[in-house]
Amino acid sequence: MAQPQNAIRLERVTKTFGEVVANKDVSLNVRRGEILALLGENGSGKTTLMNMIAGIYYPDGGQIYVDDQPVDIRSPRDALGLGIGMIHQHFKLVDVFTATENIALSMDKGEKFDLRKVHDKARAICEKYQFALDLDQKVYEMSVSQKQTLEIVKVLYRGADILILDEPTAVLTPQETERLFAVIRNMKADGKAVIIITHKLHEVLSISDRVAILRKGEYVGDIATKNATESILTEMMVGEKVVLNIDRPVPENPVRRLAIRNLTVVGPEGNHVLDNADFDVFGGEILGIAGISGNGQKELLEAIAGLQTAAPGAKIEFFPPDSDTPVELVGKSPKAIREAGIHLSFVPEDRLGMGLVGSMGMTDNMMLKSYGKGVSPIVDRKAPHDLAEEIREELGVVTPSLNTPVSRLSGGNVQKVLVGRELAADPIVLMTAYAVRGLDINTSYTIYRLLNEQKKKGVAVIYVGEDLDVLLELCDRILILCGGRVNGILDGRSATKEEVGLRMTNLVKEAGV
Amino acid sequence: MHSSLIAWILRAVPFGTIIMYGALGEILTEKSGNLNLGVPGIMYLGGFAGFASAYYYETLSASPNAFVCIVVALVCAVLASMAGGLIYSFLTITLRANQNVTGLALTTFGMGVANFFGVFILNGSSYAAAPLANKAFAAQMPVLSKLGDAGKILFSYGFLAYAALLLAVVLHWFFTRTRVGLNLRAVGENPATADAAGINVTLYKYAATCVGAAICGLGGLYYVLDYNQGIWATTDQIEALGWLAVALVIFTTWKPLNAIWGAYLFGMLYWLYQFLPSLLGITVSSAMTDLIQMLPYVVTIGVLIVVSLRKKKENQPPAHLGLAYFREER
Repeated sequence: MAQPQNAIRLERVTKTFGEVVANKDVSLNVRRGEILALLGENGSGKTTLMNMIAGIYYPDGGQIYVDDQPVDIRSPRDALGLGIGMIHQHFKLVDVFTATENIALSMDKGEKFDLRKVHDKARAICEKYQFALDLDQKVYEMSVSQKQTLEIVKVLYRGADILILDEPTAVLTPQETERLFAVIRNMKADGKAVIIITHKLHEVLSISDRVAILRKGEYVGDIATKNATESILTEMMVGEKVVLNIDRPVPENPVRRLAIRNLTVVGPEGNHVLDNADFDVFGGEILGIAGISGNGQKELLEAIAGLQTAAPGAKIEFFPPDSDTPVELVGKSPKAIREAGIHLSFVPEDRLGMGLVGSMGMTDNMMLKSYGKGVSPIVDRKAPHDLAEEIREELGVVTPSLNTPVSRLSGGNVQKVLVGRELAADPIVLMTAYAVRGLDINTSYTIYRLLNEQKKKGVAVIYVGEDLDVLLELCDRILILCGGRVNGILDGRSATKEEVGLRMTNLVKEAGV
Repeated sequence: MHSSLIAWILRAVPFGTIIMYGALGEILTEKSGNLNLGVPGIMYLGGFAGFASAYYYETLSASPNAFVCIVVALVCAVLASMAGGLIYSFLTITLRANQNVTGLALTTFGMGVANFFGVFILNGSSYAAAPLANKAFAAQMPVLSKLGDAGKILFSYGFLAYAALLLAVVLHWFFTRTRVGLNLRAVGENPATADAAGINVTLYKYAATCVGAAICGLGGLYYVLDYNQGIWATTDQIEALGWLAVALVIFTTWKPLNAIWGAYLFGMLYWLYQFLPSLLGITVSSAMTDLIQMLPYVVTIGVLIVVSLRKKKENQPPAHLGLAYFREER
């Protein structure tokens, strides 16, 4: 019996951005009727590689074959013509268009332009796969998962038979993920080739037939999923065995730094996005904050940092190390709070949005937090430059130069710059949100180590995290938010994953443990 | 009072026609994400090329024909304006130069070119005229325009005034009902998305900008050969009209159909100072003239405020307006 046909084959494909090599001599193939998982750490070049297949980037070297014929994919249109459809991590949708209009954009040129027909055909697709999608809704009114559904419908509408999904489950609930996987399996049964990029190892193991691994832009190898385990995959991905134990020193003389009482934040719709939060924060310990995303974490940190207005009656008392009288933070400006030593290293979903200026280099981004220092009207460039150099060394930021705009760096590297800068500012209270989101395992450990160093120095660390295992291994206490309420504070050493998970999803009646 | 109201409308409609062309061309351009501030310059280019070609055709031809004159002027105006649009496109799309700077430079450039070559036509005299072209472009509808006041108000303009109305409707249909129009809007809203959908972003931007420039140029042509009675001399006003057209684009919230009534409203407001005295029976000092002529801009600011307060996405400019697109940029 003949081998199943190669839908796509890459041969020694290379791509560089400036001096950074994103992909080097990558050879890889995917067959029809196969789901290939593409695995790799951040910045390992997965998305770049897929973008070359989708025609977004053009390879500097190497050859791409579709159905074993050499092809030249110069543009996304070429890719579409070859039946290659990619669902990007960042949605490619026009906000002011309806779902139908967005679908119409990817129509075949030969097809007659009739929005009503597009609508009907798209509805048939939605019904076939049971997508819940209002085809007349404007995209800017849609939720993230609706937008992704629309992206998938778009590709299916176009009749793509080679499907690339770039981290599709990152924004989905478990139920939505299951539904997506069902769709992917249907497409596989249809004889389509599917490449899925994901970080979540259990998803890799449940959905794929074969796993291909990239490391630092190079192809490491592939393995049939049935022979793979999480530890084998992790080893292939990072290249060395990673000790999974996160260091957790015992807090020494914890001192109360923040006393938060009756903190309520009213959201734009008038609801209490944060409801009556009551807790203390101690120096010399790490307070973890667990919760399903959107349950008040952002508002809590921003209220402390002075970026959100607290409802009347709230008290946030700060106990500075050098005086006995507490300072009331409610009503103070973000700048005054920052100068008191309370630092927010907020890592937003859009890494460049809130923390860094994309078009500026590392040095200039360091300066954003120090421009007010000194009396001379001329800013000091030396100190920020040294700091940038230090962060580059310490965290291993991959950048051609300190002056390369940070928007040119990969997501993980951008995050290293952001976190590194906040850690370097000698805070008294350090708040981090999703500090390791999107970072590879090694860098995550570096961040954990740095947080522990801060803790040993007596800093009060607030760590908002997503990964329960990390929270349980890193934090001294874990505060659980559910629906904007503090749903218990557990001891990080004795709490179980089930207990935290339960409190994240169900309000416990006798709140305040 | 009755007669001055009619005179006011007869003044405002041709005036509105000029800026309607400018605004329609600029709407088309901006829908592709290109903010071309070279509208005044392009109107100069179109107006001058149209006038110069008609002028030479009239003076050099033994028996000039009105229809040929129209065709020659139209073709030359369109070509010259498109050349202006092409310069802008090359600089901002291919070389990714800053759009604001390029547009302003184009305005200065267009004015300079028109005035420089105008010197040769003027040849020392204070004005040059193309009477045949003026007659052809300003020809009124034979019977209808004689039907009393209504006939006057509705039918006493040159054919380009009606073509502008038709164009506004066609553009509306184009943006909302055709594949190419949908693609173009996608390019201006989110070029990366359009690109991923296989739309040739560069081609769309070039085409929209050049065709948009051609439409702007028709405004200049209408100004010289109809509104200004076929005279090349007192053409300084073109620049003011060009900026008014840019303001009108904002006023319409990028919708061609709004350009129709918006343009006439601007025309009424602009000429208000002349007719206010006789309408109200008061005297207006000349110092007030400029203040009253400011009204279209005041109205535009008012629209901006209202639109910004209402925060409706449909009324916002194309999301990628003013930004260059580079596929491999991250």
